[in-house]
Amino acid sequence: MDKMPKWADVVLIPFISLILAFIASGLVVAAVGADPIKAIRVMVEGAIGPRGIGYTLYYATNYMFTGLAVAVAFHARMFNIGGEGQAAMGGLGAAIVLLMFDWPHWTLALPAAMIGAGLFGAFWAAIPAYLQAKRGSHIVITTIMFNFIAAAILGYLLNGILKNKATQSAETVRFSDGTHLPTLHDFFNIFGIPFSKHAPANISLFLALACAFGVWFLLWRTRLGYQIRAFGHSENAAKYAGISGVKITVIAMVISGALASMLSINVVMGETERLISSFVEGAGFVGIAVALMGRSHPVGIILASLLFGGLTQGGAEISFEMPELSKEMVLVIQAMIILFTGALDNLVRMPVEKVFLRLRKEQN
Amino acid sequence: MDSAQIFLQFLLTADMSIRLSVVLILACLAGLYSERAGIFDIGLEGKMLIAAFASAAVSYETGSAWLGVLAAISASMVFALIHGVASITYRGNQLISGVALNFLASGLTVVLGHAIYKKGGQTPALSGSQRFEEITLPFADTLSNVPVFGPIYADVISGHKSLVYITFLIVPLTWWILYRTRFGLRLRAVGENPASLDTAGVSVVRQRYSAVLIAGVLCGLAGAYLATAQAAGFGREMTAGRGFIALAALIFAKWRPWYAMFASLLFGLLEAISNLYPNIDVFGLFEIPVQFTQVLPYILTVVILAGFVGKAIPPRAGGEPYVKER
Repeated sequence: MDKMPKWADVVLIPFISLILAFIASGLVVAAVGADPIKAIRVMVEGAIGPRGIGYTLYYATNYMFTGLAVAVAFHARMFNIGGEGQAAMGGLGAAIVLLMFDWPHWTLALPAAMIGAGLFGAFWAAIPAYLQAKRGSHIVITTIMFNFIAAAILGYLLNGILKNKATQSAETVRFSDGTHLPTLHDFFNIFGIPFSKHAPANISLFLALACAFGVWFLLWRTRLGYQIRAFGHSENAAKYAGISGVKITVIAMVISGALASMLSINVVMGETERLISSFVEGAGFVGIAVALMGRSHPVGIILASLLFGGLTQGGAEISFEMPELSKEMVLVIQAMIILFTGALDNLVRMPVEKVFLRLRKEQN
Repeated sequence: MDSAQIFLQFLLTADMSIRLSVVLILACLAGLYSERAGIFDIGLEGKMLIAAFASAAVSYETGSAWLGVLAAISASMVFALIHGVASITYRGNQLISGVALNFLASGLTVVLGHAIYKKGGQTPALSGSQRFEEITLPFADTLSNVPVFGPIYADVISGHKSLVYITFLIVPLTWWILYRTRFGLRLRAVGENPASLDTAGVSVVRQRYSAVLIAGVLCGLAGAYLATAQAAGFGREMTAGRGFIALAALIFAKWRPWYAMFASLLFGLLEAISNLYPNIDVFGLFEIPVQFTQVLPYILTVVILAGFVGKAIPPRAGGEPYVKER
């Protein structure tokens, strides 16, 4: 018998955790002498205003990719903390593909860049997966190490053979015009819907939504997805049922790495249009929070991504409107959300369970 | 380059390695206490960062570097306590708690720094009594004329800040606590087989909390050293991944105190080399890029973890919350 109804686990507990996280963040805002209520108002207006929404959707696209990446690994009971490095390597793969040819049109460049990014990201996740499955090295530690190694490889190449000699900074030359993805402004313009022209949101958003559907279909509608979930539920039972642990570990991580690498389509191909060294900007870690809040389900992840996208954009807005707060306040809010929805889950869960048990007793 | 010059370069590199390895040794030992007790700690980075900020701010305001150390330890212990509450009392995921604390430190240091000093997250530069002074060991001046040994004693061993010598005393102390005291035996037991400790009537919860809080103290010292001894003030993200290098050193050392010191010294040496000789030309054949020297600790750790060169086996109950049998 379940201790409480499903909606309580999926909606009520994340909601209460979120409230607690916001209260804790509000205390920090108040501690530095700023007005928390005003901060919330500025954030909400900044996130969903006509100009801000294009940024919110842009960040949300990133978090959908990294959130889905973390979730797929979670379902196989693995903690992929290496989204940061996998996305960085994905950017390298995409950039190599995009620089190699003079692409005539983005419809050709997009699938090629996706393959380049996906292969690099998947490869970067496959090594830690193999080491975990075959040699028993803890995947959390190896993926952390691989984040740093990826950053160093990018730093080396962008200061060396891939560097644009015309600039001082570590970046490649701009990709050719045939690789530029349509922005959401271009897209909505076809249907005559007005959308901010300057926002970076581009059609990668639809790619992210497609990935979300793909992950749902994979996990709940295919044999492989069933095997991944069975392995995550009970390693021994899965092995007894003839599921290969090595195979599932590597496949789940390869999918996870490839999903994380798609972030580079949104950022490198869609926005910066050249490879820069620090383009991931912590989105790999935010993916952990997104997967936790979204309960590792694609629908939940889409909603959590929108929330975190709004936070990132709204937080940037705060620093303009309220000079006493720096934009790093967003990190504090994200930290509080990870803390309350992830690590301190039982803080909320235990009392809620008690309430439901008491309610049930009274009914009987 | 003649032999005198090479000797000078050697002294310079050795001296710098020791300076740079102190943060790693302290953080590595912090991780050692925590992980030997069965609590994973990937929040070393965050604890050091918040400690570095607290020490720089308090030291600047009071003019006393030692008060800065006290503030650093307090701040780091608050973070350690949150980690303890999440992973021991509420049996949450220890890795997620660590990630959250790293985020919190990154954000909080800049938000507070910006609000107080309006310098983009930095604290003002520290000087005089706000920083730690170098200590000259006895006879350093008189012995410096003795060939070979004299300069090594005077330039490499002597002339460091007090926290450096304290750090190198904490290493044998940790060994003694871990292997020669009842507390240490229990600490190691709680990381391998908490049920056995529970059966013996010792509180698993209290044992694990003490370990996590000791880790807080050591990360506090590491942060204070970083901001008030190694550097002169706090800069945003000044830990720059050292918490993770320390984690790598801990695995490299296979969770043992003396080896933790040697691994940290080795990684400190690599950092010194990447600072002093960015790109190393190997006999004009090829060049070792600075990025390679910088990530060598991580690569070595992956190799060790993969068991290609000696197997690193972590404490058996690591990462598992303990649920008392009913």
